[in-house]
Amino acid sequence: MNYSPKNLARRQYVIIGIFAVVGVVFLIKLFALQVLDKDLKQSADNNVLRYVTQYPARGKVFDRNGKLLVYNEAVYDLMVVPGQVSKTIDTMEFCRLLNISKDSYVERIVKAKNHSRIKASVFVAQISKEDYAHIVEILYRYPGFFFQTRTIRHYPSAIAAHTLGDIGPIDQKQLDADPYYKRDDYVGQSGIEKFYEKELRGKKGLRVVMVDVHNREKGSYLNGMLDSLPVPGKDIYLGLDAQLQAYGEQLMHGKIGSIVAIEPKTGQILAFVTSPTYDPNLLVGRARAENYNKLLNNPEKPLINRAISGTYPPGSTFKMVNGLIALQSGSITPATQFHCNGPGSTPIKCTHFHGSSPDLANAIENSCNPYFYEAFKTTINNSKFGDIKKGYEYWYQMTQALGLGHKFDTDIPYERPGNIPTRAYYDKAYGGRWNSVTIRSLGIGQGEILVTPLQLANIAALIANEGYYYPPHLIRAFGDSTAIPEKMTTRVETGIEQRHFKVIKAGMNSVFEGAHGTARGSKIPGISAGGKTGTAQNPHGDNHSIFIAFAPVDDPKIALSIIIENGGYGSTWAAPIASLMMEKYIKGYSERPAVEDRMMKGVINYAIKKKK
Amino acid sequence: MTDRNSIIGKVDWPLLLMYFALVVIGWLSIYSAGMSEGYHTIYDMSQFCGKQMMWMGISLAVGFVILLLDAKFFDAFAFWIYTVVILLLLVVLVYGRATKGATSWIDFGGGIKLQPSEFAKLGTALALACLLGRQDADLRDRKTRIGSYLVILIPAGLVLLQHDAGSALVFASFIFVLYREGLPGAGAIMLIAVAAATVFVLTLLWSPKVMCIVIGSMFALTLAYYLLNKKKGLWKMVMVFAFFIAFVFAVDYVFFNVLEPHQRIRIEVILGLNDDIKGAGYNLHQSRIAIGSGGFWGKGFLQGTQTKYDFVPEQHTDFIFCTIGEESGFKGSLVVILLYIGLLVRIIRLAERQKLAFSRIYGYAVAGIIFVHVAINIGMTIGLVPVIGIPLPFLSYGGSSLLAFTIMLAIFVKQDANRLKIL
Repeated sequence: MNYSPKNLARRQYVIIGIFAVVGVVFLIKLFALQVLDKDLKQSADNNVLRYVTQYPARGKVFDRNGKLLVYNEAVYDLMVVPGQVSKTIDTMEFCRLLNISKDSYVERIVKAKNHSRIKASVFVAQISKEDYAHIVEILYRYPGFFFQTRTIRHYPSAIAAHTLGDIGPIDQKQLDADPYYKRDDYVGQSGIEKFYEKELRGKKGLRVVMVDVHNREKGSYLNGMLDSLPVPGKDIYLGLDAQLQAYGEQLMHGKIGSIVAIEPKTGQILAFVTSPTYDPNLLVGRARAENYNKLLNNPEKPLINRAISGTYPPGSTFKMVNGLIALQSGSITPATQFHCNGPGSTPIKCTHFHGSSPDLANAIENSCNPYFYEAFKTTINNSKFGDIKKGYEYWYQMTQALGLGHKFDTDIPYERPGNIPTRAYYDKAYGGRWNSVTIRSLGIGQGEILVTPLQLANIAALIANEGYYYPPHLIRAFGDSTAIPEKMTTRVETGIEQRHFKVIKAGMNSVFEGAHGTARGSKIPGISAGGKTGTAQNPHGDNHSIFIAFAPVDDPKIALSIIIENGGYGSTWAAPIASLMMEKYIKGYSERPAVEDRMMKGVINYAIKKKK
Repeated sequence: MTDRNSIIGKVDWPLLLMYFALVVIGWLSIYSAGMSEGYHTIYDMSQFCGKQMMWMGISLAVGFVILLLDAKFFDAFAFWIYTVVILLLLVVLVYGRATKGATSWIDFGGGIKLQPSEFAKLGTALALACLLGRQDADLRDRKTRIGSYLVILIPAGLVLLQHDAGSALVFASFIFVLYREGLPGAGAIMLIAVAAATVFVLTLLWSPKVMCIVIGSMFALTLAYYLLNKKKGLWKMVMVFAFFIAFVFAVDYVFFNVLEPHQRIRIEVILGLNDDIKGAGYNLHQSRIAIGSGGFWGKGFLQGTQTKYDFVPEQHTDFIFCTIGEESGFKGSLVVILLYIGLLVRIIRLAERQKLAFSRIYGYAVAGIIFVHVAINIGMTIGLVPVIGIPLPFLSYGGSSLLAFTIMLAIFVKQDANRLKIL
């Protein structure tokens, strides 16, 4: 080889040659693609392309027995592609058919143009089947407009509005968060519609069709090469029992509060009642925005799900928690007795007159305040912890293990954590100088403690289970049998040994069956149940009536919590309603029509009372 | 600045005009590609086109500063620049943020991110030019050869470690430089590379067995030719054929055992072995449809539909050529390709008129880098090359890419403008 500079300089032509050959090859290929290949240019001859989103059917929702709770109905969105709208159309007739004004027509066109001249925008949303039939006939005169089928939700039995949740137009934040969504899409905004949005929504498909100048579809573009079929969403089976849910909603009519019923062995929620409630069909279709605002401005706040976002002092229903922690820490035994001086007791009075000195089961039956204050005090002062602060930290840890003071974070959006005060909180509030008298209210479920009805129901469930629980959740299964999130099927141990539950259950049983039981008036014929009344002090009005319970005692199938705001004593409203719920679930009917009738007709909602 | 006016007179305007034309075409295409979402102006800073305009301004300013610098600066500081780039690549490997599976960004916060691999090519070009431009450098000399290989392979290896196979491939472009500077066997390497690519494709299309028969019969013919004509150097031919037989089996092994699944599928799609138009073949199909639907005259500026419906992915970056193909048609494609070929030929011609070896070698390096980018990117969008994500020089959206290519070109223009001062 000759490596002289002159020879090497000639190599530039080889390199230029390579560049040129590649350029020519590209141009040949481009010529073939762009000029010779006729397949790709079907749209050139007077056809415009229309991109029709194929909305999948959203997953249906069933109750635990396969009863349909939510299904879809077809509606039609009138779409517009501003760039294809002819300037010579008869807008007068068009507006009349659509029942909109000329101004509104112009406004809608401008809005669509601002979005895109080329992409379709919704012109009129959710047109009914009947109106659709009229409009579609004359649509050929209006190029650039077309219909897109979409589904909206329908709720045949109009129950469990908060649990099922609603679907609403997507907002900018949601749009930015997930590229799957496009403007004009609808997404789950609350309840299981929100939590299981990804499973329920399915996958959108697309059809690209050619449309001639007369707004007629001429078939799929490129033989459907760009088309994709929609994939329907997954069906969901809830743990909810529709019959029990409806019954609960009837019982709660005219009252403010909630019922949460759980199947203890699975953690599935059987009934999730919050009152006042609303008909979920109100938040569907074109009236959604108007109805939503009405509900939002309603002073009774029907949109709030009190079962998860209402937080209440648990009152006496908290006594089992203190009893269990005292037992587990070895601070008391079932036989331990504490003296009760009735209303003369210090530092906490007893609201009941009962024989002294009660043991643990007696104290539960009679809801003895001094007993549980003493039990609490003995626990946190237990010498094995060293000092009261350490003792308090142990107590705090145990309440966390019992599912209090934090969210369960399963499939229920907008849950609130409640509150169990930490040691640091008291150190700060009292400058480090506090003792068991300072925090005595904790012994009887008052003071800073706040729980949600869901947490209370879980307490009932873990007592029924004697020491463990499954985080309460709504889903039972997906329609396609794929696994539900693992968290919901993972058993949580409370750290309290099974042997300590015997006495607690016996005490709760005598709340119904004992001679002095605080709920003896609500005994269920033929079913032995355990329960506990509670009365939460309410600085804003009458006390809240609370009850937690489970049944049957030997093999619990249902555990629940009931809160009736301003309902007074637990035994007045909450206990009878709880007994009816358990009876209904286990037997399928109630043998006490008089109690049933009294509870259903009872009105203790101030607003409704005032109107009368 | 006494030479401010004279520098404007001395720069190569044909080259700069082609550069400006490409940048403006890119900007307009990015604007058009972004038109699917709402109305906005081309200056809208919240949009890609607005940000690209900002980067155009920055590039222009930096390019101008380079023209004002002393031409000797780059020769003198070549290895320092190279070292900084290598360090940046190391930083990316350690602290880099993962984007799309390739770890290639350094995030300076405030939305400013740099991709060191874009600047690595520039640094390597300077270092190679500096190394080979020395008086005593000779590629027939082993020391020079090994030095050159190291200069190229170190950054290439670091980029490959970022799983950025596309950018690593660009370092192959330095073979043009080595060929021009007289690396013994460089021509043969290029020929063998082309032959190997052919064998690779044919092995996958047919089968290793058939390929062995084909190569075997070609070998028999060659053998007969050599024996009949009593030519010398037969053993060299035996080696070459043995290499290709081994290569056939290696292809089979590498394809099924070494390549990652997505790379394998991309190659299968290109060869028509896999018609998965909903999956891996999606990008390719969409981009071919977009380009093909443009016809000869195109649909008109901003009138593209395929590229506006999000069918074409990455349409403002790697697939920007689709927008041009759809909206400007074949005439637009022709203009862009002619501009690139014109730019490349101009760089080679200017390189050859340099008096300094440094400037010439650097020019070849720049031409090679641009060429490989263009060939891979456009080849990918029209279905001649598997999908490899690298930008189209000057056209694709992206600040690092535009700035790096502008600096690359500006340094060369400066060298060229300075050539008459060299005695």
